[in-house]
Amino acid sequence: MHETIYEKLTEIFSDVFDDDSIVVTPELTAKDVYAWDSISNVRLFVAIESVLGVQFSNSEITHLKNVGDLVTAIIRKQS
Amino acid sequence: MNWSVSNLPWLPRPSTNFREQCKDIEGGRCGSKIRELAGYYLDERLGNVLARAIRRASASGVGLEGLTRIRMALLSNGTTTLTAPAIVAAGARYGLLIEVIETEFSQTFQEVFDLKSALYRAEPDVVLFAIDHRGFGLTPCPGNEAAANRTVQQALSEVVSLQSEIWANCDATTIVQTLAQTVSPLFGNYDAALPGTLQSLIAGFNRLLLGTTGHRGAVLDVATIAATVGNDPWHDTRRWHLAKLPFSLDFLPYYADHVARLLGALFGKSKKCLVLDLDNTLWGGVVGEDGLANIVLSNGNPTGEAFLDFQRAVLDLHSRGVILAVCSKNEESVAREVFQKHPEMLLKETDIAVFQANWDDKVLNLRVIAETLGLGLDALVFVDDNPAERYLVRQELPVVAVPELPDDPAQFARLILSAGYFEAVHFTAEDRKRNDQYQADRLRANLTRDAIDLESYLRSLEMTLDFRPFVSIDRQRIVQLINKTNQFNTTNRRYTGAQIQSFEEDPSVATFQVRLADRFGDSGLISVIICRKQDQDWNIDTWLMSCRVLKRKVEHAILNELVEEARRQGISALIGTYLPTSRNGLVRDLFKQFGFLKIESNAPGDTWRLEVKNFERLDVPIMKLSRLSQ
Repeated sequence: MHETIYEKLTEIFSDVFDDDSIVVTPELTAKDVYAWDSISNVRLFVAIESVLGVQFSNSEITHLKNVGDLVTAIIRKQS
Repeated sequence: MNWSVSNLPWLPRPSTNFREQCKDIEGGRCGSKIRELAGYYLDERLGNVLARAIRRASASGVGLEGLTRIRMALLSNGTTTLTAPAIVAAGARYGLLIEVIETEFSQTFQEVFDLKSALYRAEPDVVLFAIDHRGFGLTPCPGNEAAANRTVQQALSEVVSLQSEIWANCDATTIVQTLAQTVSPLFGNYDAALPGTLQSLIAGFNRLLLGTTGHRGAVLDVATIAATVGNDPWHDTRRWHLAKLPFSLDFLPYYADHVARLLGALFGKSKKCLVLDLDNTLWGGVVGEDGLANIVLSNGNPTGEAFLDFQRAVLDLHSRGVILAVCSKNEESVAREVFQKHPEMLLKETDIAVFQANWDDKVLNLRVIAETLGLGLDALVFVDDNPAERYLVRQELPVVAVPELPDDPAQFARLILSAGYFEAVHFTAEDRKRNDQYQADRLRANLTRDAIDLESYLRSLEMTLDFRPFVSIDRQRIVQLINKTNQFNTTNRRYTGAQIQSFEEDPSVATFQVRLADRFGDSGLISVIICRKQDQDWNIDTWLMSCRVLKRKVEHAILNELVEEARRQGISALIGTYLPTSRNGLVRDLFKQFGFLKIESNAPGDTWRLEVKNFERLDVPIMKLSRLSQ
């Protein structure tokens, strides 16, 4: 389950940030990716919602600290 | 997937290696590659991937043949960062290489009224004012009609002055948007009737906006775009609060396609000619097989009504100036007879400027149609229910628009009217007369057989063939094929189920059935062969094949297997007979073509002989073969 989500996230990240070299790990945060600004964050969540079939409220998005948080939230929403 | 215009169902879905294909856009001949990739349905993410590839190719300045460069300034009271790439990707679909000039968020007036602004420095060809109801100060004043009128007038005078200022200061064409209707009622149903509600203000604004654009402006009718996909999902307040995105990104591909088709119309990229397949496109069934009386096209039958609806839509397009042509694999006389004699046919022969019904390749026929009409191939839209034909045309002629068709003909009419091929920014008396001109000098050009590599196309179909003796479970289908196949049928002998059963049990009769599948799906049982043993020979009593799989060398593959099986059973020769009918001219030379020698030339037909030991297997584009012996 974790692995497929990380696989899909890797593809989304490489599209959104136009960078194939990003390794999506639980510790990854916006600070680690040069192109991760507020608008690409919107892109990111639009893609995540459509690919993984979940929805995030704006306050949920604001409170996620890193990719690990994100994946935990995705699994909770999918179950 | 549910049918919804917001998913642009006329576009094929992109393949999983779309990203890699985008990365390959480099070096020469990028233009047609870009155009091909833009022909897929692209969501926000893939649209952005393609837009980046286009920007890179454009910056390198090489080989963007066939694309017209335009610069478009995008002014909005919302965020345009996601809209701009979507418009670039959609623009390539219409033959445009769009450079979008984005301006500061909500700085519309500052940009337009400052002659030194980035907007004017960019010398745009087009200025799009993508402003929604939040950008015009439409403050509700329920029940106060005078205030409501002032509010609407104020908003309209802003639009007028923005456009006039652009026209005065540069050469650009302006595009303004109508406003998507609100979905937050205050009184309920009464909002529509009461002056000064947001709903009434928006309706008033939209009505009066249409009169402000003059000859240098156009309207993007966002009110209708949003209403078509649903005002409720259109307004995505979550994303507005998060990032000032003016509407739901689910509809970004649909919105961007509308911007692109309008730009296409302004720059002469709209299509001019609708080319139609016949069987299962204009009517249900195959006229060459089912006969004139049995095609499905009538009121009172839901499928028949759907085809009539489609014909009506085609006629409506025709009467607004779209040229019509026919491109069908059929005997010409049989195809024309439907137009001449079928009582429910709405389309008449006189509506069709070029009528290509023959057994030649559709790519060739489309070239002939374009040449005959003096149009570029990029002016054609080709409608065909057969996915293999669509695939071939897209491969060979990427500039021809080839819509995907849903399985249910009920959607054909709406699809062809929604796909944006014939977008117009004006309608003149000349448009109404255009068809007559084309008909006046129409002529049938000669086909030239070249240019297309049929062999590699056939290989790309990845056909698999199954050849085996009759199986009792398939008997019903075998009987059906025997009794309705008229074109590829050497003798046209008809048999009942009981007769077929007796053949299966008779050791002196060899029976074979053939199935075919390809990458587009399973064609099922498509051919039947019955041989009667005479001395050491097999006399081919029946050989027929469904016309859906013609021109794919399937008959070649069948002969290979038939000879192989004959050899295995110690048969020395195959004897073929051609009994002519009014419909089976297609197989007149079948045996001759395969190297059979004529041994008898009797009325009503000829008899041919092939020595098994002299036969060399034919080269066929079949990828996989399964065979079961008797």
